[in-house]
Amino acid sequence: MTAVTTPTKKPVTPARPGQSSPKLAYLPIIFLAFAIGVPLLIIVVYSFLETPSQGTGVKWVFTTDNYRALFIQEKLDGTTAFDTRYIKVLWTSFYYSLITTVVTLVFSVPVAMWIATREARKRTLLVALVTLPFWISILIRTYGIRQIIADEGPIGKFLGLFDISWSILYAPPATILGLIYVFLPFMVLPIYASAERFDFRLAEAAYDLGAKRMTVVRRIILPSIRPGIISGVALVFIPALGSFLQSDMLGGGKTNMVANVIANNFGQARNWPFGSALAVLLIILTLLFVLVIQGVAQRRGDKVELV
Amino acid sequence: MASNKRRRASYVAALAAAGALLLSACGGESTAGGGAGEETAAAGAFPTSGSGEVHLYNWTDYTDTDELKRFTAETGIEVILDTYDSNETLLAKLQAGATGYDVIVPSDYMVAQMIELGLLQNIGVSTFPNGANIKDNLMDAYWDPGRNYSAPWMYGTTGIACNTTAEPACANITSWKEYFTAGLPKMDSLKDQVEVVSAALRATGVGKDDLCTTDKAKYLAAQELLSGFKPAVIDSDSGIERVVAGTSNVRHAWNGSTHRMKVEVPGVEYIYPSEGLNLWADNLAVPVGAPNLDNAKIFINWMMDPKAAGKESNFSGYDNGIKGSDEFMDEALKTDPAVVVPADKVALLSSTPNCSEDARALYTEVFTSWLDSQ
Repeated sequence: MTAVTTPTKKPVTPARPGQSSPKLAYLPIIFLAFAIGVPLLIIVVYSFLETPSQGTGVKWVFTTDNYRALFIQEKLDGTTAFDTRYIKVLWTSFYYSLITTVVTLVFSVPVAMWIATREARKRTLLVALVTLPFWISILIRTYGIRQIIADEGPIGKFLGLFDISWSILYAPPATILGLIYVFLPFMVLPIYASAERFDFRLAEAAYDLGAKRMTVVRRIILPSIRPGIISGVALVFIPALGSFLQSDMLGGGKTNMVANVIANNFGQARNWPFGSALAVLLIILTLLFVLVIQGVAQRRGDKVELV
Repeated sequence: MASNKRRRASYVAALAAAGALLLSACGGESTAGGGAGEETAAAGAFPTSGSGEVHLYNWTDYTDTDELKRFTAETGIEVILDTYDSNETLLAKLQAGATGYDVIVPSDYMVAQMIELGLLQNIGVSTFPNGANIKDNLMDAYWDPGRNYSAPWMYGTTGIACNTTAEPACANITSWKEYFTAGLPKMDSLKDQVEVVSAALRATGVGKDDLCTTDKAKYLAAQELLSGFKPAVIDSDSGIERVVAGTSNVRHAWNGSTHRMKVEVPGVEYIYPSEGLNLWADNLAVPVGAPNLDNAKIFINWMMDPKAAGKESNFSGYDNGIKGSDEFMDEALKTDPAVVVPADKVALLSSTPNCSEDARALYTEVFTSWLDSQ
C-alpha cells in the first residue's frame, strides 16, 4: 500500500543523545504564549484607548493621554503641572523592593551556607522547612503577620510591659516586613542550590594556605555561590516590585506601591486604560532591571539566564 | 417606664421624618428606572421552594451568619457569602463581567446607576409574599419607584465616630471642616469616594442640594482641603476592629458601625457634622445573569420578614426598611442616638448624592488624586 512513502519522512533525530523530541514542548509553549502574550497584548492595547463615560472597560478611540497622565496632571483649575505622584509611587516600590532584596540576601547567605554544610539527610529536612511557608496560602500568612505585629499583638504586649510603645502596623515598616517575610525563601533556595555544589575542600585549602576568614569568604565562597545570589536577587527584587498584598493589608490600605494604584484603577476608580498604561510602565521598568541583572551576570561570566 | 415609652415614640417620629428624606432625590440628572431591565418580565409566579445555593455578595461585616444558617435550615438553600468594601468596587466587579452572584447589596444611588446600566433584573419585589412589609417611606424610593428591582435592607447615616475617652480633643469636632483639619493622631478614613468627596465638598461650603455640581472650582476647593488630610489608615473594612482595639480614635464612620463600637467602648460618640451628612439606604437586588434566580427571590423574600430584618439590624447596628422589625430589635439599638436620629439632627440629613456622569468623574478625580498622594 502506501507504506512505501514512509521512509521518505525524516526520522526525528535528537540533537544530542538523550534529548527528547521538541514536539513535547509545543503544547506548553503554546500555552505560555497565550497565557502571557494575550493578556500583555490586551494591556498594551487598552493603554492606548479612552475610558468610556460610565467607567470600566474601554472606548475604542486611540489616545496617548493615559501616558501623558502618568507625568502631567491636568488640574481642576484648568492648569497643567508636572505630576510627581506616580513617579513617587514607582520610587516607593523600587525602594521597598531594594530593602527587601538586601535584607533577604544578608539573611539568606549564612542560612544557605549552614544548610549546605549539614549532612545529606538533614539537608533535605532543612530545605523542606524553608519551603514550609509555601504550604499555607499567602493571604492567611499575611493575616497572621498582621495579628503578630499589631499594636496590641504579642510583640506590642510584651514591649508594653517595659513601657515601650510599638506601632508599626499600617505603616511602611509593616509593608517591608511583610515583603521580607514572603520573599525570604526565594532567596535562600537558589543560594543553597549554588552552595550545595560548592566543594568545601576549596575553603579548607584556602585556610591551609594562610588566607584569613574574610578573605576566604570574599575570594573563595562568594564567587562560587554568585550564580545563586544573582538568581535570588532576580527572584526577589522583580516580583517584589509588583507586590500588592503586603501594602494593601499591612500598609493601611493606602495605595503606596505601584500595584495598588493599578488595582485601584481597575477597581474603585474604574479607569482601565490608565491602569493599563501604568502596568505597561511597570513592565518596561521590570524588563530594564532584568537586563541590568543579566548584564551583571554576563560580565562576571556566570551562567544565569533570565530572559 | 412610661417616660421611656414616650421617648421611644419621639424617636420613632424623628425616624419617620428621616425616612421621608430618603424619598427626595437630590436632583441628580440620572433618572432611575427605564433601563434595559424593563423588558425582562416582572416576576412570574413566586417560586415555592428551592434547593442548591444562593451566592450573596454583601458589604464586609454586614451579614449575620446565624441568620444565614437559619435560612438554610428553613429553606434547604445553602448561602455562599462574599464581601466587598464599596459601591464602586461592586460596580467595577459587575461591569468587568463578574458572574456567579445571585444577590447583591447596592446603596440607593448605586441602584439607580445599575438600573440605568442594565445590570439589575426586574424581579417585581413589591409583588413578593413579603412585599407588603416594606416601610411606606421606602416603597417609592427615587432609585426604584414601586420597588421592582430592589428590596430595602439597612439604612443609616455616615458621620464621624469619636472615642472621647481616648482622644478627648475629638469631642470638640462639630463639623466636617474640623474633622478634615483636626490633625489628631490615630485618625482613619473610609475608602469610599462618594462619602469622602461629598464630605469634603460640604466642608468647603457646598450645600446639600449642590453636591452633584459640575463646577470645577468647588471640587478644587475640596481637593485643597483633602490635600492636607493624611489619615493613618484609609479603609472601609476594619473600622470597628480598630476603634475597639484602640488603634484608631477618630474616624469617618457609618452610624451602625459606630453603634457597634459604642457597645464595646462606651466612650465612643457619633458626631452629626453641622454641614450635614449623607442618609443612605442599602438594598437587596439581583444582578443580570444570576445563576440561581429562584433562590435569590426566596432569599430576598425571606429577608423581608420582620424577624430576619430585625435580627440583621441587631447584628449590623442599623435600622432597616421592614415594617414590624422593631419588635425583634435590641433595646440598646432602639435607644442609641447614633442609630435613631435625634429630632434636632434630622434637618442635617440628606440623601447620598446621585450624580450625573460628569459629576461622578469629578468625584473620581478628587478621590483618586487624594489616594495617590498619600
